[in-house]
Amino acid sequence: MEAQAEHVTTGDEASVHVRVWRGDSGGGQWHIYRVPVRRNQTVLDVVTWIQQNPAPDLAYRFACRVGVCGSCAMTVNGEPRWTCRTHVNRVLRDGQLSIAPLRNLPVVRDLVCDMTPFFDRWSEAGGGFVPGIDRHRPLPAIAPDTLARRAADAAIECINCAVCYAACDVVAWKRDFLGPAALNRAWSLVNDERDRGNRERLRAVSGDAGCHNCHSQQNCTQYCPNLLDPAGSIAGLKRTVMRAVLKGEF
Amino acid sequence: MPLGLYLLQRLSALVMAPLVLVHLGVIIYAVRSGLDAESLLGRTRGSVAWGLVYGSFVLAVSIHAAIGIRTVLHEWLRLKGPALEALTWALGLGLLVLGFRAVFAVTLA
Ligand code: SF4
Ligand code: SF4
Ligand code: FES
Repeated sequence: MEAQAEHVTTGDEASVHVRVWRGDSGGGQWHIYRVPVRRNQTVLDVVTWIQQNPAPDLAYRFACRVGVCGSCAMTVNGEPRWTCRTHVNRVLRDGQLSIAPLRNLPVVRDLVCDMTPFFDRWSEAGGGFVPGIDRHRPLPAIAPDTLARRAADAAIECINCAVCYAACDVVAWKRDFLGPAALNRAWSLVNDERDRGNRERLRAVSGDAGCHNCHSQQNCTQYCPNLLDPAGSIAGLKRTVMRAVLKGEF
Repeated sequence: MPLGLYLLQRLSALVMAPLVLVHLGVIIYAVRSGLDAESLLGRTRGSVAWGLVYGSFVLAVSIHAAIGIRTVLHEWLRLKGPALEALTWALGLGLLVLGFRAVFAVTLA
């Protein structure tokens, strides 16, 4: 059985029973806290309350608190979520909450993960924009209603929260898999008419760790808090690579 | 998964799909028309057409299954490198030998 440490700090007011995973890369344990209930309380509010009251040394990460920066993702009751926009009353299970670091990333301390592998996958997937013109030439106008522009639009609002990366079983099994976010990014660039890096990008996304490892079961799409569809983007990449192969471009 | 294997798996699926239907059709026909083993073998022995149908079926199945199981071995047992390739080849060749034994038995033997 996992060791648990109990910290009960509130009196009679209504409270939530919260289990927080605390430790580092060498291992850790669940700590129990009782956190007073507040109206419209988010999971991030709960973590912040714990840090400001019983556990000042609790490590966690956040910045914007409004679902923009992508830094606050954690595992809440077993599922990856952006904590700043997850209301406690929507995820409580039997009045209880468990909060742990994201899956599939190395833990630094407590609720903080090392995001390095996540961003490494971005560059490995050709996630950098490759410009085609210099500053002296005018930018080409991109019509808003072309198929490519709409596909790029659909994929572009990623906040790099790594929720999809944590939700993906293939990432859990195959650590070098590029994963949903990086491949979704690559897909938005494949559809960017200004970008000139597609030859290398298509090679990158179809390598041994690339898009063809995806099982298409859509955990990523299910959990993306921004309602993006990385699984759909990956399907788009597979189609594009297949077309390139049929045209003999590979 | 290497791109080549991915493509090979799609290609083998493309070959398999109609052949599965043919195979099911043959089973249903054979059962419903009450053919016994002797009369079945009488039709298949020496038949180049049945040899080709089941020969390509066996080939496609061996390729398809070996690549599929390779993925399971890689993801669940974390096998990689020469061990993974060796097991994949062993699986594919094993299926091929077993399958071709059966095809020979009903078409040539
Ligand atoms: S659809 Fe693909 S990328 Fe998304 S969670 Fe499943 S395996 Fe991972
Ligand atoms: S695709 Fe969605 S879940 Fe994945 S990192 Fe981007 S915003 Fe987060
Ligand atoms: S704190 Fe910025 S997305 Fe949650």
